[in-house]
Amino acid sequence: MSHTTTLDHEHDHDHKPKGFVNRWLMTTNHKDIGTLYLVFALIMFIAGGALAMIIRLELFQPGLQFVEPDFFNQLTTMHALIMVFGAVMPAFVGFANWMIPMMIGAPDMALPRMNNWSFWILPFAFIMLGSTFFMDGGAPAAGWTLYPPLVLQGGKNLAFAVFAIHMMGISSIMGAINVIATIMNMRAPNMGYLKMPLFVWTWLITAFLLIAVMPVFAGAVTMLLTDHYFGTTFFNAAGGGDPVLFQHIFWFFGHPEVYIMILPSFGIISEIIPTFARKPLFGYVSMVYASAAIAFLSFIVWAHHMFSVGMPFGAELYFMYATMLISIPTGVKVFNWVATMWKGAMTFETPMLFAIAFVILFTIGGFSGLMMSIAPADFQYHDTYFIVAHFHYVLVTGAVFAIIGGVYYWIPKWTGNMYSERLGKIHFWWSTISVNVLFFPQHFLGLAGMPRRIPDYSTQFTEFNMWSSIGGFAFGLAQVFFCIIVWRTVKGKGTTKATDRVWDSAKGLEWFVPSPAPHHTFQDGAPVKDEQLAHVSSH
Amino acid sequence: MNKTVLKTTIVSVLMFGFAFALVPLYDTFCELTGLNGKTGDPVAEDIIKKQVVDENREITVQFDANVNSQLNWEFRPTEFNMKVVPGKLYKTEYYAKNLSKKRAITGRATYSVAPGKASLYFNKTECFCFTEQTLEPQEEVLMPVTFIVDSNLREDVDIMTLSYTFYEFDSKNKI
Repeated sequence: MSHTTTLDHEHDHDHKPKGFVNRWLMTTNHKDIGTLYLVFALIMFIAGGALAMIIRLELFQPGLQFVEPDFFNQLTTMHALIMVFGAVMPAFVGFANWMIPMMIGAPDMALPRMNNWSFWILPFAFIMLGSTFFMDGGAPAAGWTLYPPLVLQGGKNLAFAVFAIHMMGISSIMGAINVIATIMNMRAPNMGYLKMPLFVWTWLITAFLLIAVMPVFAGAVTMLLTDHYFGTTFFNAAGGGDPVLFQHIFWFFGHPEVYIMILPSFGIISEIIPTFARKPLFGYVSMVYASAAIAFLSFIVWAHHMFSVGMPFGAELYFMYATMLISIPTGVKVFNWVATMWKGAMTFETPMLFAIAFVILFTIGGFSGLMMSIAPADFQYHDTYFIVAHFHYVLVTGAVFAIIGGVYYWIPKWTGNMYSERLGKIHFWWSTISVNVLFFPQHFLGLAGMPRRIPDYSTQFTEFNMWSSIGGFAFGLAQVFFCIIVWRTVKGKGTTKATDRVWDSAKGLEWFVPSPAPHHTFQDGAPVKDEQLAHVSSH
Repeated sequence: MNKTVLKTTIVSVLMFGFAFALVPLYDTFCELTGLNGKTGDPVAEDIIKKQVVDENREITVQFDANVNSQLNWEFRPTEFNMKVVPGKLYKTEYYAKNLSKKRAITGRATYSVAPGKASLYFNKTECFCFTEQTLEPQEEVLMPVTFIVDSNLREDVDIMTLSYTFYEFDSKNKI
């Protein structure tokens, strides 16, 4: 293997297309497209973060200081849409593009031209979505869940938001089809399903979730569009429709969607922890089954987002118990991560720090989720800052921490440069402390009854909101610092050259190609050697 | 590989259709279970004959009327409460008036019955649900509702509410 990869390395410089347009606009190379996705996600993360900074600024004290209530609603709505569809999801697709072919020994993604298309749709979708800020009536302001009838009463933004969502959906679906086609057809000889790294497994499952639910979301927003412009009454009570129907369709998409944002994180964490614990992942097969179980359960629990909408008693009970069931496969995963670290020869490089923080903080988010799964208690939590705290624990200290940890873990492979461990550790502690100052007080605010999506609050909530805002500004600044670290690593400033293996006990095919990874890898179709893999199941 | 792409594409297209299929599925589900206060279509006379009158039970039926903010009508029940016996046929009337002095307005009502678990036992034999009603300027009208509370109504219900909301009917609000 080392022989062939050396050959690849020598060919490398001849094969990179010349010129910016050829290299990036016309690219069909999985690594370049992965880079595009990751850079795009980082830009969106900063943009969505900037909106969040204005939200925290307004909430620093009670009363209306900086923004009008309607603009505040636009901020919360657009912050969520940008972060969910612009930052977290594209970041994971970026990881998938970079890592899946290298992890399964494939020369590229299965459908490289479609790959280019699915990326280049995205900037246009977000320009269209962002342009609504400058229109009459402003951006969508009914929350990212786009509930009618409120969303239909906004300004001229609806059509733009709906078509932007269609484009994001098409992009995600094409990306998912590509991932499935790659994993099912392009594995190198001897790369059986149960030898695949867990990141590949979780992405395969995520891709199936994507093709199952993104079209449902597209359908739901299409119905909003026809209700608004073409006189249909899907969600209009005056014509025999029902606004609650939208909530059912939306959450039939929405609940799998939240697992689309967390399953790849599980995969990344399952790669990082064994490397730095210097032990194989505990319970590999149970991890695969647990991921599949979580994906299945995600389809049958949607109405726990709607406990207070008025459901029959039996339905409340069913959705409560079904939701609680999810904690079992999730518990299996957390147990396995802890068991992997148990008696391991652990070291605490930046990726590992983020991974450990993920396990602890994601679990806190899981527990608050479990609290809200209790239907009678949820009437108290519903639409308060408690839910805001919950989903930020699972999405920021969950998904985003996994993404950041993954970047530190693989950036030496991507760039050939070892990031500055000192700066990485500063970034970690800065982020972890500030993110808890930011979101932990919101639990108390929610329990005390502060509603979400409101720019003003009663004075007894002031202290916790100030804490939260200070944490928010610090966390936002920490991510600017992260951009600087990434920039310095890419440019090789204050860095050392990365070895091919990078981490001293890393396993998996990606660590057996040179650093930086050559433009083309695994073109010879040679069989994979078992000793290079992290998991060689007896199946 | 082409097979994988073809299959996954078909799944995506079918799921897009599934979103729309959820609309009739939801309606049917609600009608079968009485969810959202849906009561089904007005019942035929022969069902009424099958009812057993249960003089020992007394149910309070409350009548509620709402007008959508964009409809310039007055709309109210002529009586707010009625004590009824399950299995017997009763009649009440709603009053509506077009408050506009210049314009004939067409309205249409939706209805629901609360609590949801009782809605399947509330049978209307005559009502003005989903029929278009045009009132000339200042015209008044009395609209009858005849109903029968099913004698199989569950034990734990002794109050039911029939609620109507009138909306202005225009071409945008077609069913």
